[in-house]
Formats: sequence, C-alpha cells, structure tokens
Amino acid sequence: MLTAGIDIGAKTIKIVIIDGDKIAAKNLTAAGYDVQESLKKAWADIEAQSGLRLADIGKVMATGAGRKDTLYTSDTITEISAAAKGAVALNRDVRTVIDVGAEEGRAIKLDAGGKVLDFAINEKCAAGTGTFTEAMARALEVPLEELGPLSLQSTQAVVMNAQCAVFAESELVTLIHNKTPKPDMARAIHDAIADRIVSLVLRVGLEEKVMLIGGVAKNIGFVTSIKRELETEVIVPEDCEFVGAYGAALAAAGK
Amino acid sequence: MAEEYWRWTESRWTDLGLSWKGGEIITAGVDVGSVSSQAVIMVDSRLYAYANTRTGSDSPNSAINVMNWALEDTDGLTLDKIQYTVGTGYGRVNVPFAQRAVTEIACHARGANFMYGPTVRTILDMGGQDCKAIHCDDKGKVTNFLMNDKCAAGTGRGMEVFADLLKVSINDMGELSLQVEEEPPPVSSTCVVFAKSEASGLLRAGWPKEKVLAAYSSAMVHRVVSLLERIGLEEDFAITGGIAKNKGVVLRLEKELGVKALEPKYDTQIAGALGAALFAKALVEKEKGKKK
Amino acid sequence: MIANYGYKDGSGDFFITIDTDKCDGCGACVEACPAQAFEVGEDPNDPLREDPAAFIVEAVRKKLKYACARCKPVTDRPPLPCVQACPAEAISHSW
Repeated sequence: MLTAGIDIGAKTIKIVIIDGDKIAAKNLTAAGYDVQESLKKAWADIEAQSGLRLADIGKVMATGAGRKDTLYTSDTITEISAAAKGAVALNRDVRTVIDVGAEEGRAIKLDAGGKVLDFAINEKCAAGTGTFTEAMARALEVPLEELGPLSLQSTQAVVMNAQCAVFAESELVTLIHNKTPKPDMARAIHDAIADRIVSLVLRVGLEEKVMLIGGVAKNIGFVTSIKRELETEVIVPEDCEFVGAYGAALAAAGK
Repeated sequence: MAEEYWRWTESRWTDLGLSWKGGEIITAGVDVGSVSSQAVIMVDSRLYAYANTRTGSDSPNSAINVMNWALEDTDGLTLDKIQYTVGTGYGRVNVPFAQRAVTEIACHARGANFMYGPTVRTILDMGGQDCKAIHCDDKGKVTNFLMNDKCAAGTGRGMEVFADLLKVSINDMGELSLQVEEEPPPVSSTCVVFAKSEASGLLRAGWPKEKVLAAYSSAMVHRVVSLLERIGLEEDFAITGGIAKNKGVVLRLEKELGVKALEPKYDTQIAGALGAALFAKALVEKEKGKKK
Repeated sequence: MIANYGYKDGSGDFFITIDTDKCDGCGACVEACPAQAFEVGEDPNDPLREDPAAFIVEAVRKKLKYACARCKPVTDRPPLPCVQACPAEAISHSW
C-alpha cells in the first residue's frame, strides 16, 4: 500500500511516498509566500517525476510547523514523533536524534524500541536554527552551500561571542574589518550554532548512536563542528532533510 | 547593512553659561557602546559639555574621537586638565585615557538620578545592543537590576533592522509609527529575525509602512514590559538611551504600563557617560578625603 | 542589591538572581557550579562596595540557558547545586 508524508517546514515542503518500508518517491519544494500554492506544485512535481498519483495513495499524514494548514489531509503527527519514527526506521541503533531546520532545532532521546523518552526544543530564537547560518552566509557574502566547505579550510578557531543572529552579524562585520580569514569566520559560525545545538543534546542526555537530520545536516561545516564538540560519531543519512516526511509516511502506514 | 537609514543624528553641546576655569573638580565619563559612544564633562556638580556619536569599528578610537568632540567649543579645555575619567559601556576597557572602568548598570542609575532628580526609582534604558531595567534609591544607588544584551529584540539594533527593511530613516520611525488610525495587532515573533520575515509578509499583503512599524513597535513594547515586570515598576519612572527618542515606542510603553515617564531635559543617550563622570567625581573626592 | 544575570530571548526568560545584600563572598557557589558560571570578587555593578560579592562570569552570562543545561535535564530535575550550596540562600533561578 502506498502512503505519503508531508513535512511543511518554515522554508521548504518535503513529500515522501513510501511503498511498504521503502521510499518510492520524494520531493522538495520551497514553501514560498503561499504555502497552499507551493503544496499544489509539489504534488504536481512528484506525480510528474514518479508517475504515482495522489489518488493512488492510501493515507497521507502531515507534519512540520504548517501541518495543520493543509487541505491534503487532516491527519497530523508532531515533528518529534515523525523524526523519531524516520530515524529509527533508517537505523535501529539510534538513541539520540538531532533535528535542525530553518526555524527550529530539536534534540530527541529514544529508547531501544524507538519510543520517544525525552526531547528539548529550541524555537522562536533564530540563533539555534538554519536561519542563523543563512544570515551569516549573507553577511560574509558567501553562497550558503559554499559556507560548509569553506569552513573546513579554517586553520584556527575564532570565538564568536554573540548569541543572537542580529548581534552575530555585527560581530562578523568587526571580524571582517579586522581582516580575519574567511575560512576561520566560516568555522566560527558553525562552531557557534553547534554549541547551541549540543547544549540541547546535553539537556536530554547524549547516548549513541547519534543521528543528525534536517536541512542544516546537509552543511558539512555544521556536521564537523557537532562531531568535534560531541566527541562522538554522528550518522547523517543521505536523505537527511526528508526524514521527517518519511516518518510521517510510516505513521500513515500504521508503523 | 547598506545605506543611511540607521544613521541617527549625532550631537554635541556645551553649557556656554559655565566656565570650567573656576571649577575645583573637573571630571569626565566616556560610555563606549557597540552602537553609540558618549563623552560627558562635568565641572564640580554641573554638566558642562557632552558629545554623542556612532561608535566606529574599533573602540579605542571611538573613545578618543567622542572625547575630542566633547572638548571642542569648551574655551580651551584639554584632556590633561581633566582630573579623572571613568569609562563605561561595552567598550569600557578600551578607553585608553580612563583611570577606571565601571559597569553601565551603576553608571546609568547615577546618571538618571542626576538627569531626572532624586525621585526617580525605575529606569528603563533601551540602548543600541541592550535593554536594562534598573531600580535605584534617591541617591542613584542600584537596588535591583536586569540587563538583556544577548537578544536583539527590544534594542536599537532591532529598530535599525526595521529601518533598513522599510527604508525609513531611524529618526522618523517614531512619528511614522503613530500615523495609524487603528492600532494593529503586534507582530507575533519576539525574535527580530523572524519578526523581519513576518513583516516582509505583511508588506507583501499590502500593509503600509506605518502599520508594520506600529505592529513592530507594539511587539517591542510588550517584550520590554515583561522585562520590567520581572523587577517591578516603582514610580517615578524614566527612560534613557536612544530609543527614548522614539515617540512611537515611548507612548505605547506609557500606555501599557499606565505610567507616564519623566520628561527628559537632556539628551537621553548620555545617561551612562554622565553617571561615569559623577563616579569620577566621587572617586576624586574619596582620594582627597584620604589625603586630608 | 538584587542582581539579575542572564537574558530573555524568543525562547524564554533565563536569569540567575543573586541577592548581594545576603552574599558575603564565601565562594561556595564557585565550587559547586560544574559550568564555572560563578566568580567572587569586586562586585561589577556596585563599584563603591567594599566586600567581595558573587557574580555570573561574563563569558557565561549570555549563554546561561546553555551553560545551565546540564543541571536542568528536561525530566527528573534534581536540586540545583549552586542554590543548595549557598548558605545565605542568595541564589535563585528563573527557570
């Protein structure tokens, strides 16, 4: 039976269609200004690319910040549950899930059965989210997708004291004025956000295996900083951004 | 941050009716903030001169520049004739000619006590990168305080972000925010970054600039009020700092608190430097007392 | 003097309050805190005070939520080491 999960995030919409346990199709679309319009487009795209039609799908489940605002389904599941389900389906040994999106960061603790034991959320403050790296990339005049690789070329750690995205931007301006090398500043940005995310993890307690999901997990600079600070290995699945939607699709299938 | 929207008016002033030459104790206070810097010169217990400028990208030069500007038009007064200088503010360790650094909480209370009189008990300072709520006694001594300099919400930088977004000069933001017929609901995000996205959405939905500004000013006021509630509001109440010059914020604040703020007679941004100059005077007197 | 160190941001209010009138500078809090958040010395906000007082270290002040995270797990929270250590009961947390 085909089921689907829609993850309506602050910045992007993710759709995952599964057949049994396997991902049959997936799609990522910008949420844009009009979420309903973007959703329609996302479905049209996924139908075109996979040949699977909305009508063929047994059940659809929505998650994400905008989950209650969709016409496609009234069944919803929280981001915490969706992330947990998706993560455990990808790797049964995961006990800590770190999910960092555009406007929220979460740390989730699971038991051996994949049940959520505890969680900590960082919301309403841009400093612990993807919005932070985006704003900093703009201030550095580096395209977002290049910020991660650039940070890996850093030769020394530079500390950023500001704990606010707005103040951090001013701090960057001062660092730029003091001719700090760009790779070092890029590393400082990732270290700063990793620091905040790690403290979320410490609140629920760190236990291996650790999985990192969400859009910000695509940033190699961020992943490197997290590994360095947690001092553990971190699993980053290939479809890290789709894990929430995958989890919702699994929930739709009753798993 | 491009363009000039954030550029508020810099200023300097001398009390031309006063002469420093007869003064016994001449002191100075320099407040180097992340956004603005002030220098205040006091002759005995009188405010003699001050200057208020934008902080440059390095603090030591800001301190020197603002001090030099304060010394202009002072009938030949020079730095070496000033007996004691106290530095305060975020860049207080970078005032090369200061004899001592004192934190801004203590300085603001002292400064407000001078500027508004001994009846002031609660001071709200909304600065460039921080927001402070201070209780003081009739001598300007701090009895309770709270400072938020971690988060841009409720600070001048938050306003600057909006000045830039709306392409309105920061000097005009206050007046403009009052040009709404009906007060719109406040922006729902406290976070300046998220509030900015929200505001962009509102502009796209056809909201005029003044309505967006009113919504943001309301949100800023709510937040600041909740900070004040943590320490309580005891009259008389005074507002210092740059945002005190924003009528839209001040009026909304007074309305929500149900209390009128004392009328400022001096530039509200000099409170910190003024307090620092007063501490300098107290320290000189303490030294003299020891020598006797 | 009631000194509230910390901040309020979009995600909440995070303040450690030290009543310096009760504090005698004994330093028990400095020992007790696993994040080295406390220090005892010249009171930064009361320049004319003669005796030393406890205060929150500058490096930690703006990261208080994060610094205190290890003592504040989401469930099953034991009493806070700093609050317990202070003989004058001068310390309290807002969260």
